[in-house]
Amino acid sequence: MVSEELLTQHNLIEAEYRKIVEILKREPSLTELGIFSVMWSEHCSYKSSRVHLRRLPTKGPAVLQGPGENAGIIDIGGGLAVAFKIESHNHPSYIEPFQGAATGVGGILRDIFTMGARPIAALNSLRFGPLNKEKNKRIMEGVVGGIAFYGNCFGVPTVGGEVAFSDGYSQNPLVNAFALGIFEKDKIFYGRAHGVGNPVIYVGAKTGRDGIHGATMASAGFGEDAGAKRPNVQIGDPFMEKLLLEACLEAMQKGLIVGIQDMGAAGLTCSSCEMGARAGTGIELDLDRVPQREAAMTAYEIMLSESQERMLLVSEKTNEQAVLDVFHKWGLDVVTVGRVTDDGVLRVRQQGKVVAEIPNSALTDEAPVYHRPLMPPKSTLSGKLDDYSFLDGCEQTLIDTFLGDSSDYNHLLRLAVSSPNLSCRQWVWEQYDHMVQSNTMLGPGSDAAVIRIKGTQKALAMTLDGPAYRVARNPREGAKLAVAESCRNIVCSGGRPLAATNCLNFGNPEHPEVMWQFSEVVDGMAEACTFFGTPITGGNVSFYNETFGGDIYPTPVLGVVGLIEDISFVTRSSFEDAGDSIVLVESLNRLVGKVNLEEEQAVQQLVAAAIRDKLVKSAHDISEGGLAVALAECCFSTVHRGPIGAEVQIPSRLEVRRDVFGESSTRVILSTNQAGEVLKRARQVGLNGHDLGKVGGKRLTMTYEGERIIDVPVDQLEAAWRQALPEAVASVTVAAVEDRRIVE
Amino acid sequence: MKFGVVIFPGSNCDHDCYYAIESVIGKPVDFIWHQDTSLNAFDAIILPGGFAYGDYLRTGALAKFSPVMRAIGEFANKGGLVYGICNGFQILTEAGLLPGALLRNVSMKYICKFVELRTETANTPYTNVLKKGQILRIPIGHGEGNFYADEDTLKRIEDNDQVVFRYLENPNGSLHDIAGIVNEKRNVLGMMPHPDRSSEAILGSADGKLIFESMVNALVSR
Repeated sequence: MVSEELLTQHNLIEAEYRKIVEILKREPSLTELGIFSVMWSEHCSYKSSRVHLRRLPTKGPAVLQGPGENAGIIDIGGGLAVAFKIESHNHPSYIEPFQGAATGVGGILRDIFTMGARPIAALNSLRFGPLNKEKNKRIMEGVVGGIAFYGNCFGVPTVGGEVAFSDGYSQNPLVNAFALGIFEKDKIFYGRAHGVGNPVIYVGAKTGRDGIHGATMASAGFGEDAGAKRPNVQIGDPFMEKLLLEACLEAMQKGLIVGIQDMGAAGLTCSSCEMGARAGTGIELDLDRVPQREAAMTAYEIMLSESQERMLLVSEKTNEQAVLDVFHKWGLDVVTVGRVTDDGVLRVRQQGKVVAEIPNSALTDEAPVYHRPLMPPKSTLSGKLDDYSFLDGCEQTLIDTFLGDSSDYNHLLRLAVSSPNLSCRQWVWEQYDHMVQSNTMLGPGSDAAVIRIKGTQKALAMTLDGPAYRVARNPREGAKLAVAESCRNIVCSGGRPLAATNCLNFGNPEHPEVMWQFSEVVDGMAEACTFFGTPITGGNVSFYNETFGGDIYPTPVLGVVGLIEDISFVTRSSFEDAGDSIVLVESLNRLVGKVNLEEEQAVQQLVAAAIRDKLVKSAHDISEGGLAVALAECCFSTVHRGPIGAEVQIPSRLEVRRDVFGESSTRVILSTNQAGEVLKRARQVGLNGHDLGKVGGKRLTMTYEGERIIDVPVDQLEAAWRQALPEAVASVTVAAVEDRRIVE
Repeated sequence: MKFGVVIFPGSNCDHDCYYAIESVIGKPVDFIWHQDTSLNAFDAIILPGGFAYGDYLRTGALAKFSPVMRAIGEFANKGGLVYGICNGFQILTEAGLLPGALLRNVSMKYICKFVELRTETANTPYTNVLKKGQILRIPIGHGEGNFYADEDTLKRIEDNDQVVFRYLENPNGSLHDIAGIVNEKRNVLGMMPHPDRSSEAILGSADGKLIFESMVNALVSR
């Protein structure tokens, strides 16, 4: 009989163990217990989230593949398709920031090229604790360094994303990696082990003892022994992955592959049983044939290892040699480790003995599903930052200054643009190669990243958005805001939103408040995604984001992909020419923390039509920091021009602070030399349009009720914006000084 | 006229260079596998950016031993145009086809951004459509672009007019702000910035195209 302690080590509860015995009609071996534990872990089985995720829209005219495969796929016309997905690597990134983040990038890239698509863009959404703590700084530097290390060498441009800071992420950073790949839509490959008798082939890196139980680790909170879990974190080799990419795509192009899946979470176990389950077949593996990096590895270790840069594939028997030849050409290990059978069972042999024998469906479709209790939390986050959510996570003195009665708006604007959540992220994205593949039309720092598609006149727009404070305040409305803002970003860059992927980062699902937040977020997201016609084609759920018992903010991160029909529609967020008019388009009613979907759609349709009709030169959505910060961002220098000024009048609603910095939803700043036409169109559809003023000069000036309240040289404001993050990284915190004393 | 773009395991700007030659300047181009040893079909060879052999040991240190590099050495000795971009430049210095070495950036971090370059000489097959002093906007993307050479070597390449491009604002610590150099025979160029990423206005700059066009010029007038 298996001991209670052993079950705890495997994160299995007694009821789950009884179910295992029922399925096998006997006690499991240790190897089998390990296999069940990773496949039934929250990370692989979605056992707490599954009943809710069913409520998300997953179908649409463009969707070729929804959730359940390695990535979602949409049709972008002209015979082309794109595969994309977002995935979390939060837990490993806390334990070992550099490798945790690096392997997060590696994993999502494999999910894309497993399907036959060449990755052409990567984005990431990062959340850390405030940088006045030395540990948070080290985590951020490690995570950014790890993403750069992996993505740059692999050769995928990291073209955008977001970085935010808040106290709740101090012990639990969020690292969500998104990737997108392109291919011909009749050349899609799936993780399906078809064809009884076909060889099952292992390619890529050798199997080592790293990452054993990574999936189970990602399904538990951290106590004080987080450091002790470091051996669970895998080590990434982007060079190996680059070779794997080229070799896999070559084998696919030659028509040699029947089915293929990467070995990510739960490694050889997950890839083999999922491929078998999807095809309704069985898989036999001979572990003695698996390339191993270390001596005397047990079956348990080989099956659960999460060594990186490995793939499992099935080919026709007649193509076996040709497959081996392609991978040998690229200098990779490639070995036939088993074959497809007709009995639906995962059968694992080592030294001639069967060490595991489990029906594939027991590990996948029959994994436990929980209807966990839901309960709204007794208290919610204070609403005092509702108008200025960018202040969340800032030092108290900054919050006090902003919420106080200062009327020095020049000073407040400088404070805002240099505050942690609004300052320039150049320090981060300059470390990422965002130009490789020579497709980047709009890179990091834009409303949405834009990649042209070679050989066509089209481009793709993509963006990530996770308004954590808004979701914490109201999960349902916050989720709708995430969808609205992501779509607005796509539209402002000239695109039409097509589909979405989500990464749902939450606390402990065994807390009814967390499951309530989760359920509300799913409903909000479902409503807004249905409304905007952007189905969710896949993604990832990350639970147990907690440390010392506290749950993080519920943080859904939404990635939206849009199509730009013609590269001439690509629109920047920054002002272009002196003399252009600056027009604000907004909803009639000012809503904070929620969104009126009809009005949001009206604004987006107006912007999309104005771009198509060549009426606007720039379009920028107004988000955190409100109108004043958005205007400043439009003025800052870009790769195309130096800083440029603007002279504007701020429309008054008799609350000067909120009118200048307030964060009401559904607003866009356009620059145009046809203001009359834009304003007329806004009136026609029942939106507010304001002619704010003109682009030009070197100063940003804002007048409010006849009084000039802001008047600053753009270059000085920009310097404050650009320097804030590098200065925060370089500054020595009190903790660091103390650390050093201890060392000395 | 035929261009060749070398693919080492780990090259990742091979397709970018291919695209720049084929689609932007419209000249014939083929890939060259790192194990190929016959270069008879080619008039100019590009060593693209990336991480050849994972940059293990040291950038370019392993690539110089690949079979194609011996052939490229002979090709260069015969006066063929050999052009190393970024990782290609690093490989050319390791292989001894160009002087100096590329150290880690002084910031110790990878840097990707647009920089401005001053053309220091029009007297090369790579700059014949440019004017001395002409400023080009071309992006960099590297972690090891910090050009180093000992004093004698530096003096020699300066005296011989071998410095082709200098940074206006030094991003990586390179001595003498050097961004690109040619060999003494002036047929081998190595530079850290990427013209392959800046040959079309929609990518932010088309200045890089001028270098490829110079190469075409040089090949035509041979």
